[in-house]
Amino acid sequence: MADPMRIRASVQGDAADVKVLFSHEMETGQRKDANGQIVPAHFIQTVNAMFKGRSVLAAQWGPAVSKNPFLNFRFKGAAKGDKIQITWVDTKGDTRTDEATFT
Amino acid sequence: MNNARREALKTGGGITLLTLIFASGFLKPGEAISAEWNKAAFDTKNFADTMKALGGGNPAESADIVMTAPDIAENGAVVPVSVLSKIPKTESIAILIEKNPNMLTATFEIPEGTEPNIGTRVKMGQTSNVFALVKADGKYYTVAKEIKVTLGGCGG
Repeated sequence: MADPMRIRASVQGDAADVKVLFSHEMETGQRKDANGQIVPAHFIQTVNAMFKGRSVLAAQWGPAVSKNPFLNFRFKGAAKGDKIQITWVDTKGDTRTDEATFT
Repeated sequence: MNNARREALKTGGGITLLTLIFASGFLKPGEAISAEWNKAAFDTKNFADTMKALGGGNPAESADIVMTAPDIAENGAVVPVSVLSKIPKTESIAILIEKNPNMLTATFEIPEGTEPNIGTRVKMGQTSNVFALVKADGKYYTVAKEIKVTLGGCGG
């Protein structure tokens, strides 16, 4: 199981600001190891943010997103105490969902 | 709300089911909560092919897209890029890096209520033009910026 995400969710005026730091290698499939063997690609492909049962952001990523990816987005309608769930799925089918509370 | 779809998403085995749903034409990808990864688009090597795979024509240049990124990236492995679209009815934002092995880097679907303002970090193999591509009201708009890379992010 992959490491948890670090999610900071805050309400700023009428908009909710969400910052997510994922913990993932994001291996491109281009790199070679010390023996000259290509390191197989392994990266997060889809990211979904759910708020009160609706999607507030759906992202698709290629291998060119940085290792331990960072994501920042904003949406309207969240209040303090509300929760947001972030889910990712990677190329091996691994998935993880974490939840954060708005402050 | 379609309960079958919701269950399928929960179990994670829903990818194949979703593919079937797309194939049968019941849902447009933009409406789905978890769209199938667009392999065709992510495999493309140049701008024209990427646009084709995304289903758009030649995008118009727009001054209403603000891309914030450094002029010079010291470390190509971590280049902060943020894209803000001021175009009404922005539906999605994509980041494309011209000289990376695969051009398309990331796409973000922006549902109503979400601000068309995305920040992330990308890898760049070498100095390259970076495009922000915005789909708004069915049309594509773009803005480009060259980012100089002093240390590539794709080597060993």
